[in-house]
Amino acid sequence: MSAPAARRRVRRLNASMVVGGALVGLVVLAALVSFVWTPHDPVHVDPAHRLAPAFGGDYLLGTDKFGRDVLSRLMVGARTTLYVGIVAVGIAAVLGTPLGMLAGMVGGWSGELVMRANDLLFAFPALLLAIMLGAVFGASALTAMVAIGVATIPAFARVARGQTLSVMHTDYVLAARSAGRSRLAIALRHVLPNIASILIVQASVSFAIAILAEAALSFLGFGTRPPTPSWGRMLQESQELLFSTPRLAFWPGLAIALAVLGFNLLGDGLRDWLDPKLREGR
Amino acid sequence: MSVLTGSVLTVDALRIDAGAIPLVRDVSFAIGPGERVGLIGESGSGKSLTALSLLGLLPEGVRASGSARLDGVPGDLVGADERELSKVRGKRVSMVFQEPMTALNPVMRVGDQVAEVMLLHRTQPSRARALAAAVDLLDRVRLPEPKATARAYPHQLSGGQRQRVMLAIALANDPALLICDEPTTALDVTVQAQMLELIVELTAERDSALLFITHDLAVVATVCERVLVMYGGRVVESGDVYEVFTAPRHPYTDGLLAASDLSAVDERGRLRTIPGVVPGGGEFPDGCVFRNRCPRATDQCVQTPGWTGTPERGFACWHPVGGGQ
Amino acid sequence: MALYLLRRVAVFIVSTAVAAVAVFAFMAVLPGDPAAIALGVNATPEAVAAKRAEFGTDRPLAVQFLAWVSGLPTGDFGLSYVSGDRIGPQIADRLGVTLWLVLFGMLIATVVAVPLGAAAAVRHRSVTGLILSGLSQVGVAIPAFLAGILLVFLFAVTWQVLPSGGYTPLAEDPVAWFQQLLLPALSLGLVQGAVLSRYVRSAVLDVLREDFIRTARAKGMGLYRALWRHGSRNAAIPVVTVLGLQLATLLVGAVVVERVFTLPGLGSLLLDGVANRDLLLVQDTVMVLVVAVLAINFLVDALYVVLDPRLRDLSPRGAR
Repeated sequence: MSAPAARRRVRRLNASMVVGGALVGLVVLAALVSFVWTPHDPVHVDPAHRLAPAFGGDYLLGTDKFGRDVLSRLMVGARTTLYVGIVAVGIAAVLGTPLGMLAGMVGGWSGELVMRANDLLFAFPALLLAIMLGAVFGASALTAMVAIGVATIPAFARVARGQTLSVMHTDYVLAARSAGRSRLAIALRHVLPNIASILIVQASVSFAIAILAEAALSFLGFGTRPPTPSWGRMLQESQELLFSTPRLAFWPGLAIALAVLGFNLLGDGLRDWLDPKLREGR
Repeated sequence: MSVLTGSVLTVDALRIDAGAIPLVRDVSFAIGPGERVGLIGESGSGKSLTALSLLGLLPEGVRASGSARLDGVPGDLVGADERELSKVRGKRVSMVFQEPMTALNPVMRVGDQVAEVMLLHRTQPSRARALAAAVDLLDRVRLPEPKATARAYPHQLSGGQRQRVMLAIALANDPALLICDEPTTALDVTVQAQMLELIVELTAERDSALLFITHDLAVVATVCERVLVMYGGRVVESGDVYEVFTAPRHPYTDGLLAASDLSAVDERGRLRTIPGVVPGGGEFPDGCVFRNRCPRATDQCVQTPGWTGTPERGFACWHPVGGGQ
Repeated sequence: MALYLLRRVAVFIVSTAVAAVAVFAFMAVLPGDPAAIALGVNATPEAVAAKRAEFGTDRPLAVQFLAWVSGLPTGDFGLSYVSGDRIGPQIADRLGVTLWLVLFGMLIATVVAVPLGAAAAVRHRSVTGLILSGLSQVGVAIPAFLAGILLVFLFAVTWQVLPSGGYTPLAEDPVAWFQQLLLPALSLGLVQGAVLSRYVRSAVLDVLREDFIRTARAKGMGLYRALWRHGSRNAAIPVVTVLGLQLATLLVGAVVVERVFTLPGLGSLLLDGVANRDLLLVQDTVMVLVVAVLAINFLVDALYVVLDPRLRDLSPRGAR
């Protein structure tokens, strides 16, 4: 006898999703607005207005040591963050998903091989890959994106494989297989739609990790090159002024934390929303 | 129902709710020393919840009220605090659960798990003595090579063997009451009978009373002397096993018996069933809980039927099956 | 059990070999000649050729690879293209700093995560649980280097109780060593602790629902005692996996934190190598980090055997 399902929950928006969605929305909005308008030129060096204080005069959040407007740089930085995130997660999803599905559908030693290669790739974290790529090709936003993307492949492949394995044992896939549908047709018609929701969750979580990695890389000088504003680089530039002007570290730090929090919460919320059975699971 | 004197367990007006949802209502019964009582009903009838409430192990968010008193325990089991209950559980009353595969800790040796219950209640003075007693118990539940088995991990035993270990744990402190919740449902048919035999034999040896929960009428008939039939969170009929099974009064009991009789068929030559399905928790009708599935239901059944007969033998129905007593 | 461990060892060895090929091949792609870079733009072709012979980069790639790989197990990592110094001792020297940092960080993470996660699980229906979960969410969102900057701001700038960076070897001055390592380790450990606490929470939640916890309570154990005695080892199995992954993350996270606190660890060695285009140094450092990650994975697999008796004999059922 099962414990009574206290209040069977319908698909209802949950708090995580709403808060996460709002934070992500804020980042996206800032990025979009920055295309058409920023309070000041984000890269304009103005020695006359070096280190202008926040909440006074022309500059809402003040200026940095080159007299550049912090708010404008944050807005354009949001663009950089999203850009790197989208490309990196895109690379990981486009390469990792089919690999995982392949491993889940084919099985045998070839599936095993894919997963072993995957495990090996796990040993090369994004940061290490980016530093290697940077050493060989010269660091840029591109090397950072590729490195983060490649390093995220295993996460997608694992999730895709796990879900594919369970979908492959469902009645409709068994029926389709016995009806002689080709593997590709089964993959596209049955497997992919069924693993899509968990992949969306994975994408949201991976996006958060990508933001963290981009910030760390820019901080080290292995990411976005100056003068393009990036939150990680803004933090790095602020470090030498930490004693005199800590607010320069505060704003980009807050932006990174809120964006990561937003994508993590969104991922958690989506997970609950898409599949209540996965609640509490991690 | 009145309270029997000299009984081991006396449950009175027990009710269990999950928030606003009623799950068990007005359950009262008593079990005498060494008596073996069956509690039968389909899944969702509230029989497992009734048992769990006696140990204070209800799932989160589920609450019991009413009264359940155990001989030799000063307070009431219902609403007792964790400290009080801990002293009772495993000592005065113990339980064997349905699923033997998951009920034992996978990373702990079987012997230690048996010995633990004796050490907890200090019925054995030392770890060494408790382990020796555990080996004896494993032997008593007829596990082969008890010494080796005591050193084994649960995954090295079969389901039937694991359930014997659970029985050994449950009986280690000679409880006044043993509760078995579908202990053989998960087992192969061939080992079921041995397990049942063992339960009867070992409880008799200790003069432990037995509350045996099952949906299997044949099992009740072999193991129990008395039976309580539950449906929709209520006891709908009770009595001596032979009487209830040969002359059921409640239409639900009647239906259960007809459905389990593999030799009887209906006019179209099919096995008999009770029409409809058991509603979910809290979705039973007002009045008589069985009226939406009952062939004999009338308008009168919107009123909750009272108890007819004695606490030992009676039923709750406006239109009982069978005639004069 | 032996078979299981043997398989794990084999996986470790093969992975390491493949990783070595990958790292070497990757660095060999480099568009540029280390010899030419070392000598600058004005070098004569003869000088460059001589330098190539000195570096050994005039040999076929396969020979270069074998020469490199065969030196690794003995600690012979070759000579720096830039300084000409032996790389092995440098790595050994720097590795010590990084290991202390990672060890400290892991310790802090575990000490923070286990009680927090367990409390969040046991109280998952109450406000306390919600607050604890929210706290860990915020912690997860803060990158280690940001935590480092924050800690520097608080402890070094505002209160001036701890140094903002630098490193003193343990043997020279244990007190200074500890003070200088504390903030970097905290910035790594607190953030990883937040991540870990989420896994601890879900592991404890899973265990809470286990039948054997109910069995333990039916024996007369209190909930907390049952959780500790029967739950901790079961919950440890998934947590150890995460701990292994986290050790790897910490190792790499140390690269960034070392930069924040100007610690002379493996990470700063790697970054210096990249800045100086000292490619063999980069190749060696990356290899050491990758092997460390693989070794951690291997140790985690081995630890499973200790924690989970089900893995010890591959043929279930047969009671001995």
